[in-house]
Amino acid sequence: MNREYYGKLIFELSRPGRVGYGLPGRQVPESGALPEGLLREQPLRLPEVDEPSVVRHYTNVSTNNFGVDTGFYPLGSCTMKYNPKINEQMSAMPRMSGMHPATPDYASQGALEAYYTLQKLLAEIGGMSEFTLNPFAGAHGELTGLMVIRAYHQSRGDYGRTKVIVPDSAHGTNPASAAVAGLKVVEVKSNPDGTVDVDALRPLLDDTVAAVMMTNPNTLGIFEKHVPEIAEMVHAAGALLYYDGANLNPMLGMARPGDMGFDVMHINLHKTFSTPHGGGGPGSGPVGVRAGLEKFLPEPRVKKTDAGEYILTGDADSLGSVSATLGNFGVQLKALSYILSLGSEGLKEAGKLATLNANYVKESLRDMYLLPIEGVCKHEFVFDGLIDKSTGVTTLDVAKRLLDYGYHAPTIYFPLLFHESLMIEPTETESKDTLDSFIDVMHRIAKEAKTDPEMVKSAPHNTPISRPDDTQAALRPLTTYADICDEGL
Amino acid sequence: MVHRYFPHTPEDIDAMLRRCGVGSMEELYSDVPAELLMDGDYDVPAQMSEKEVRDYFLNLDEKNARLVCFAGAGYYEHYKPAVIDSLLSRSEFLTAYTPYQPEISQGTLQYIFEYQSMMAELTGLPVSNASMYDGATATAEAMMMTVAAARKRNRVLVSATLSPAVRKVVDTYAHYHGVKIDVIPAINGVTDMSAAGGMLSAGDVAGVIVATPNYYGIVEDYSGLADMCHGNKALLVMNCVPADLAVLKTPGEWGADIACGDAQSLGMPLSFGGPYLGFLCARKELMRKMPGRIVGATKDADGRRVFVLTLQAREQHIRRDKATSNICSNQGLMALHTAVYLSVMGAKGLRDAALAGYDGAHYLADKLIATGKAEMVYPQAHYFNEFALRLPGVDIDRVIRNAVQQGYLPGVKISDDTLLIAVTEMQTRAQLDRLVSLLTESV
Repeated sequence: MNREYYGKLIFELSRPGRVGYGLPGRQVPESGALPEGLLREQPLRLPEVDEPSVVRHYTNVSTNNFGVDTGFYPLGSCTMKYNPKINEQMSAMPRMSGMHPATPDYASQGALEAYYTLQKLLAEIGGMSEFTLNPFAGAHGELTGLMVIRAYHQSRGDYGRTKVIVPDSAHGTNPASAAVAGLKVVEVKSNPDGTVDVDALRPLLDDTVAAVMMTNPNTLGIFEKHVPEIAEMVHAAGALLYYDGANLNPMLGMARPGDMGFDVMHINLHKTFSTPHGGGGPGSGPVGVRAGLEKFLPEPRVKKTDAGEYILTGDADSLGSVSATLGNFGVQLKALSYILSLGSEGLKEAGKLATLNANYVKESLRDMYLLPIEGVCKHEFVFDGLIDKSTGVTTLDVAKRLLDYGYHAPTIYFPLLFHESLMIEPTETESKDTLDSFIDVMHRIAKEAKTDPEMVKSAPHNTPISRPDDTQAALRPLTTYADICDEGL
Repeated sequence: MVHRYFPHTPEDIDAMLRRCGVGSMEELYSDVPAELLMDGDYDVPAQMSEKEVRDYFLNLDEKNARLVCFAGAGYYEHYKPAVIDSLLSRSEFLTAYTPYQPEISQGTLQYIFEYQSMMAELTGLPVSNASMYDGATATAEAMMMTVAAARKRNRVLVSATLSPAVRKVVDTYAHYHGVKIDVIPAINGVTDMSAAGGMLSAGDVAGVIVATPNYYGIVEDYSGLADMCHGNKALLVMNCVPADLAVLKTPGEWGADIACGDAQSLGMPLSFGGPYLGFLCARKELMRKMPGRIVGATKDADGRRVFVLTLQAREQHIRRDKATSNICSNQGLMALHTAVYLSVMGAKGLRDAALAGYDGAHYLADKLIATGKAEMVYPQAHYFNEFALRLPGVDIDRVIRNAVQQGYLPGVKISDDTLLIAVTEMQTRAQLDRLVSLLTESV
């Protein structure tokens, strides 16, 4: 593709008088207009473009993008597994995709059954009692889960629990969600092996703590093996234990958060359950709770009556609503399609293969990349940059050079425990051949760092654009086409 | 186990296990305490073939009614041009993550930039973020944004004419976030401006949230409201239906500081509640207080115009508990939907579609009133493509049930004898006429 020729914005293709739509002819007589004062005055400067131009424009725009279908995407903590095509078709069933959210229960039994069935399947997989599928994303799930926890404490008349304890290796959304939920964040440090320091945690647990949030396996891909002991401590202090399900994938079929002692959890359907990330969304972040906490889940809820009918309902003790509808229903259907496609045995195989792939890449690259923590990992692991730091080639440079070879970069500079974090998560849907090629390229880059460090530091060289000037973007924010027209670029 | 999603042969697995120095995949779980490992398998059905999955969903779909839709209440059925599915199914868009690596994510970054440009045009406010979950959560984020911008004030006023479903989400966020919400009462279906003035004069209000059109489909006259807010150092937030903004006075023109709402009305499938898209636009001065991702234009090392995620110092992965919001994703693919929809519709198509709904709603309301069996709940108000209708002495639940049996969803129940009815370009004249008889003759 020729970026110079096709690299315009849709606004720059606009010509007065072009149209890209057709509407049915007038059905009814024209009605009297609204009063002037209620009408738009400014002209609406949308592009005027024909249909073929729109299709060619966005098709060319798409070729500047890299998806899982394009190539290997080892982005740590993001679980970029293959997105099965059948899921897309199952989420576009004609009746369900055209159904208004206010459709009465008796006219939407199939949709409610789909929601209820997925909810039950996730409860089984999570070892929880019940799920809400309403939260729209992982961070939204965290927020909802923390609201459940606050509603629980408040229902006992306990208003003094204002803190959440979060490990220093946690995803950034954990502390941010706690802040939105009106809770203060206390960080607990990690052991040298990357797991939560139980002795550091113990003195923090008192009657001001609402919850402890954990990710297991954690963001280093290490299983928190002290979790039963931690759960006991947390519960003894009257607090609840929250499971960030971002890293659930390797545990599929092997161990359940509910059995580990977690009280509340969220799942990212766009990670573990294969729904596409769509360049940032729509996702889905269902929240599950152990028995006794169901009544705090957000409204609306779907329940099944003794007569076998599905109904929309609420609960007097509910935390309230985090969504006006049942959430990203279309995404939920994709996850249901995935679970049915894999079945019990397939889910277990997915978890094990994800772990195998991660360990295989880790063991194959540790000769040239610094592995700070020994032992088996689960779905992902973290290198602390190249072993040989003398070349000045950083994790950022390695990541950018990978783009030249046709791979998406791993997650970089997270977790914050190491200076040069390079976090790799291959997922189970990558073949040994793909992993071998990636391993080969990573070795090649490590050698290039010695033989031609400047070339690596100025990478990428074979991508549609070179490194952008982020500083200028932040200093002089140009966020619309009008900004570009006014200020020039 | 052999499955179409897993590329591993038994030989591959053996070779990989050898590299890892273990004898089986189970050995890779030796770090998990034995008492935590599952004994058996999940109680989940065995794997289905693709055909079986398809049959399962076909069967589910048939358990739903196929209805001609006159329901609105914030979510409207508009025609979705065929180009949208075609372009959204391109896997370069569909299967990409958040654009962390701009060198290979210009596709996503460019369409988000175009989306932001279009939403800024529509709302009349110069900055848009990259999108949020849905209209209700975007309104809750706007509520928290007013409090963050005002620092010490933590009271927000919400008009009684804002959708109850949106208000419930705003209330929930406010409750946990420590924000006090007070409701501005309504008179005859519109916000009571003098009550709003009185409440504002207490001097502790961070923001005021109103809607256009409001929950009852009414286009309220907000003249003077922005001055009243700003005179009391409060920000004005306007929740709006973007499909109507080619015709209606924009939040920017009303003097609002923040516009938010659901972009579902821009041709998105109703899909039983989602995925939709929440949008949030604001004045330039508020840019650094905005939640969510923002895409900006800059140059690359070779001087080309390129796009990047910018102003990330506001966000959770940098600021953690000090971030402007916990939101980490956006509705990426639905932002693409919006950009493509607005490209093909253009200002003229958007206006034509909106006016078709306006004309249809007025035709329908006039016909209903003419039967003598129905009356407008707010006869004095200017409504757009939706109106509240009272059917005196009639049980609305029964009316809805009868209509559903005839293949019509006649509206959304708002009280025992009142229905909210919406019209768009989707309904034919015959369907409008049929609804009149379903509402006035069958019961």
